[in-house]
Amino acid sequence: MTDPTSSVSHLDLEESKHTFLDANELVINMGPQHPATHGVLRVILRLDGEKVMGLECVIGYLHRGVEKIAEHRTYTMFNPYVDRMDYVAAVSNGLGYCEAVEKLLNIEAPPRANYIRVILTELNRLASHQLWLGTHALDIGAMTPLFYTFRDREEILKIFEKYCGARLTTHAFRIGGCQYETYEGFEKDVKKFLTFVAPKIDEYEELLTTNRIWVERTKNVGTISAKDCIALGVTGPVLRASGVKWDLRKAQPYANYKLFDFDIPIGQNGDTYDRYLVRMAEMRQSLRIIQQAVDGIPEGPIMAKVSKVIKPPVGEIYHSIEAPKGELGYYIVSDGSTQPYRIRVRPPSFVNLQALELMCRGQLVADVIAVIGTLDIVLGEVDR
Amino acid sequence: MAEDPKSPQPPDQDQLAKAANQAGSGTPDSSTSANPKPAGPSAEKPPAAAAAAPAKPAAPAKPAGPVPQPWDSPLVDKLKRQYGTGLESWTYLGQNYLQVDRSLIPTVLQLLRDEERFDYCVDVTAVHYPKRERQFDIVWILYSFSRNERLRVRTQIADGEHIPTASSLWATANWLEREAFDMFGIQFDGHPDLKRILLPDGWKGHPLRKDYGIIQQDQEWVQINLGIDSGQ
Repeated sequence: MTDPTSSVSHLDLEESKHTFLDANELVINMGPQHPATHGVLRVILRLDGEKVMGLECVIGYLHRGVEKIAEHRTYTMFNPYVDRMDYVAAVSNGLGYCEAVEKLLNIEAPPRANYIRVILTELNRLASHQLWLGTHALDIGAMTPLFYTFRDREEILKIFEKYCGARLTTHAFRIGGCQYETYEGFEKDVKKFLTFVAPKIDEYEELLTTNRIWVERTKNVGTISAKDCIALGVTGPVLRASGVKWDLRKAQPYANYKLFDFDIPIGQNGDTYDRYLVRMAEMRQSLRIIQQAVDGIPEGPIMAKVSKVIKPPVGEIYHSIEAPKGELGYYIVSDGSTQPYRIRVRPPSFVNLQALELMCRGQLVADVIAVIGTLDIVLGEVDR
Repeated sequence: MAEDPKSPQPPDQDQLAKAANQAGSGTPDSSTSANPKPAGPSAEKPPAAAAAAPAKPAAPAKPAGPVPQPWDSPLVDKLKRQYGTGLESWTYLGQNYLQVDRSLIPTVLQLLRDEERFDYCVDVTAVHYPKRERQFDIVWILYSFSRNERLRVRTQIADGEHIPTASSLWATANWLEREAFDMFGIQFDGHPDLKRILLPDGWKGHPLRKDYGIIQQDQEWVQINLGIDSGQ
C-alpha cells in the first residue's frame, strides 16, 4: 500500500529536483491588483531566484480614451477631463491644457491670474510629492511618513477646497485665466501654510534621510544614468536625480516662472535615494516660489478677453510644462472649429514607466517595489 | 485591421458635423500648405476653400489668425541643400516644424539626432485626415538639450503604408510607436515588439481614427471577455 505512493513521491522528488536545478527562470505575475503598484499596473517578472532578469509592463486597465473624448467636446468642455489624468496633480494638468489653448488662441493670461496659477500649481506639486513620499515609504516598510504627509497634504487640499470647491480634481483654471478670484484670506492661509509645512518637511527628512533601513533599501537601487534617461525620454525628478539640470520652468519658462528665484536640485547617482533627495529639495524650492508669488501677487483682472465660444484658428501647437512627474505636453491640432481636431497628451508617467525594465534588471524582486514607487507614476495618466 | 476603413460604422452626429466642418474650411493641413503662397498660380484649391471658408468663421471677432511662415535657419539650409525639394520648413506661433517627404524620414531623423543633437524624442504621434489621399500625419516632436530647442517633424503616409521605426534612434519611441499603432494602426517597420499597448491584444479597430465612432467598441471582444452585451 505504501509502496506505490512512496515510489511516486520519490519519482516526483527526482523530477522536481531536476527541474529546479535547471530552471533558471521563473515567470511571475505582479498585479494588476497589487498594493505596491499604485493603481492597476500589471508587471510580468522574469526571475532567476530573487534576481530580476527582465520584466514587461502591461498597462491600459484605466484607459478611458481621453484623446478620443477631446475630439467630441469643445475646448471648454474638455478642460475638466484633463484633471482626471494625473489626478494627484490635477492643477498642473489644467495649467498645461489652458496654456496650450491660450497659445493656440494667441492670448495670454493676465498677471494676477498667472500668480494665482503659480501658487496653486506649486502647492499641488508639493501635495503630489507628499503623496509620493508617503506611499513610497509605506511600500518600503516605513509606515509613519504616510500619516505625516497625508496630515500635511490635507492643509493644501483645504486651500483648494476653499478656492474652488474641489479637493482633488480641481478644475481650478479656465482658458484665458482663472474663473474664481481668490477668497477672502487666501494669502493669509497660504502664508500660514508655508510656515506650517516648512518644519514638517524637516520632520520627514528626520525620519528617513539617515535612517539605516531607508538608506539600505534605496541606495544603489534602480540606478539609471543620464544617458539612458535621455534616450528613454525620462523627465522630471528622475532625470534630475541622474545629474541633468533640466527643468522646463527654467529651460523654457511658462506662466510667470521667470519672475521667481529658485534652484533646480539635482542628484549624482541616479538611484532611488538620490531621487528621494531631489524631490525633498524640490518641495523646499516650491515653498520658495509660493512665498515669492504670494508676496508679489498684484491686483488686476483674472481673465483675459476670451470670447464665449472658443474657436482657435486653423493650426497646431505643442506646449509642455514641468508637471510634478516630468514633462507634460499637449499637442493640439485645430481645424478652426469649436472642437479640437486632435489632442495628444504627452504624459510623463507613461514615458517614465518605460524605464522600469532597465532600472529593475539585475535587481531583487523587493527592489521592483521601490523602483515603481520612486518613478512616481500615476496610472490614470499612464493609461489616460 | 485592414478591413476597418472599408467597412466604416455608421458615423454618429458629431462625426458628421465634424466632417462637414472640415469640408468647409479645409483640413488644417491642406490650408497650411495652401495659405503661405496665396498669390501663387497653384490656386485651384484655395478658391473653393476661400469661397466656403469666409462664410463659416464669420462668428468669431478675430480674423483668420496667423498663418505659418517659411522658416529659415542654418539647420534648414543644410537640410535643404542635402535633400532639396523633399522638405519644407515652417514656423507657426513661434514653433518650428519640418514637413518631410515620407522617403526621407529615416535619413532626416538620423541626421537630426546625430549631427544636430536632437537627443530627446519627446513624442511620436499621428493625426488622421480621412478625406485626404495620404490619410495620416506622423509627427515626431524632438528636443535638443544642448540647443534648448524644439522641432516637429511631420510626414504624410497613406492608410496601410509602413514607416520605419525610430526606436533604434531613440529608445523612448518604442512605447510611443506602440501607442500610435494601437490607436491608429500605423505599422512601424523594424519595431522590436509592435503590439497593442493600451487596448487588449485581441481588440479590433483603431479608436483614434476618425471613422471610429466615439461610442463604438469591439462588441465581440466585450461579449467574449467580459460576458456582457455591451460595455456601455
